[in-house]
Amino acid sequence: MVARLKQHYGEAIREASSYLGQNYLIVDRSAGFNLLQELRDREQFDYLVDVTALHYPQREQQFEVVWILYSFPRNERIRVKALISEHENAPSVTTLWSAANWLEREVFDMFGVLFEGHPDMRRILLPEGWKGHPLRKDYGIIQQDQEWVQANLGIESGQ
Amino acid sequence: MSNPPNTLAPSHQDLSGHDQTFLDTNELVLNMGPQHPSTHGVLRVVLKLDGEKVLGTECIIGYLHRGVEKIAEHRTYTMFNPYVDRMDYVAAVSNGLGYCEAVEKLLNVEAPPRARYVRVILTELNRLASHMLWLGTHALDIGAITPLFYTFRDREEVLKIFEKYCGARLTTHAFRIGGCLYETYEGFEREVKAFVAFVTPKIDEYEELLTTNRIWVERTKGVGVISGKDCIDLGVTGPLLRASGVKWDLRKAQPYAAYSEFDFEIPTRENGDTYDRYMVRVAEMRQSLRIISQAVEAIPEGPIMAKIPKVIKPPVGEIYHSVEAPKGELGYFIVSDGSTQPYRVRVRPPSFVNLQALDKMVRGQMVADVVAVIGTLDIVLGEVDR
Repeated sequence: MVARLKQHYGEAIREASSYLGQNYLIVDRSAGFNLLQELRDREQFDYLVDVTALHYPQREQQFEVVWILYSFPRNERIRVKALISEHENAPSVTTLWSAANWLEREVFDMFGVLFEGHPDMRRILLPEGWKGHPLRKDYGIIQQDQEWVQANLGIESGQ
Repeated sequence: MSNPPNTLAPSHQDLSGHDQTFLDTNELVLNMGPQHPSTHGVLRVVLKLDGEKVLGTECIIGYLHRGVEKIAEHRTYTMFNPYVDRMDYVAAVSNGLGYCEAVEKLLNVEAPPRARYVRVILTELNRLASHMLWLGTHALDIGAITPLFYTFRDREEVLKIFEKYCGARLTTHAFRIGGCLYETYEGFEREVKAFVAFVTPKIDEYEELLTTNRIWVERTKGVGVISGKDCIDLGVTGPLLRASGVKWDLRKAQPYAAYSEFDFEIPTRENGDTYDRYMVRVAEMRQSLRIISQAVEAIPEGPIMAKIPKVIKPPVGEIYHSVEAPKGELGYFIVSDGSTQPYRVRVRPPSFVNLQALDKMVRGQMVADVVAVIGTLDIVLGEVDR
């Protein structure tokens, strides 16, 4: 499967490897959507388990968006990762799997990564007016949006 | 709070227009929660109604957000272990099992057989406790009061075993990375066996109260129907998926702990409605008892804790490990940068993903069915919001 995908996508697949028995692909952002679609339609990865992200502030492309897929017919998992820099958008897979809707919203909420083509790109866990994206590495663990807290909760500080 | 951030809000001028008659056909937006007894926690649902018919819903969540994933990045692997119990707090043991196994995989160690058996017993007991709590409150939501007393009475017995084993009833922190901290107490096997004998007829009692009860059947049959295909599309797992005819259970598909050594079945149903989900969960309780009675007869001798380093420092790498929690697939995606603290811990919460199916399940149904469907989803808001 990997050989065929590599033939088709060429350089867009930067790495195809496995660690502790779990397979993963690192792909270019631009090839992400097509590759995920192909994995769903041709390789029977019919279940989107999770969408999440990682933040590496020291890298040029700061964010790594991770899609975890599972195939019911093959009983197999695969992880697809795409590297994204601060001002780039990730491809939304809401048209492929409805499950992606909330999962992508959570990634946006926590990391500030926007998904291109998402029907409803809003925060999901934090309140609408909140400033900052807490799972970024430069967001402190006790940091809060003091303005929001004072305006909406009527207290000086949440700490 | 400012105005509800939803896309469903109608223009309020419509309602005050003088040319509207009393029996007009305006759409109504109704707010449910976050403080509502049948949302099982702080879930807020905005309903768009046409009379009693639901046209659409929107869930507003996050009231219980504590930043568990952020906390993980600032704790060592060992220190983060108790935090996972606070997500799905009615099935804390399953949370701990998933986390400990994920870290063990990252460390490339395996819990000794004795620990794996004890883990299976406690996890299945917890599945029973979780399903009992679900059944009691779900039935209460629909108007049947009695099952609540029955299920809470029996759940108490599970909690007593937990308390004797590790001192805590709910957030048990029963497992450690590498095995279990505590040896089983004197008489553990005997008490678990007694519990199985005690609770087996009790499950028949629940069924007697509900399975053929006319009100129960009318309130649940054909309510909140979702097909197996939609379940997969929405990522819905657990009893919801199985009630829609997909025979998939991680304990069988990708066995972990000691599940491959026991004989049990995956109960499934075809219709994917609230009634079928009830039947699947009740059947699952029986299967859990089957697993427990097999495991408790055969707990191997030997150490209960593997030899692991005092300071847990997994090599650079990442792992995704998931377990079949009572609510569905509970996954941990852990990235290690080689230090004592995880670089990132992502929890794939079954409740969060399953809750997304609410809109699909209640569209076109009656407003009273929303309560039944929220109940049948079996969500725990601690896990939805994390």
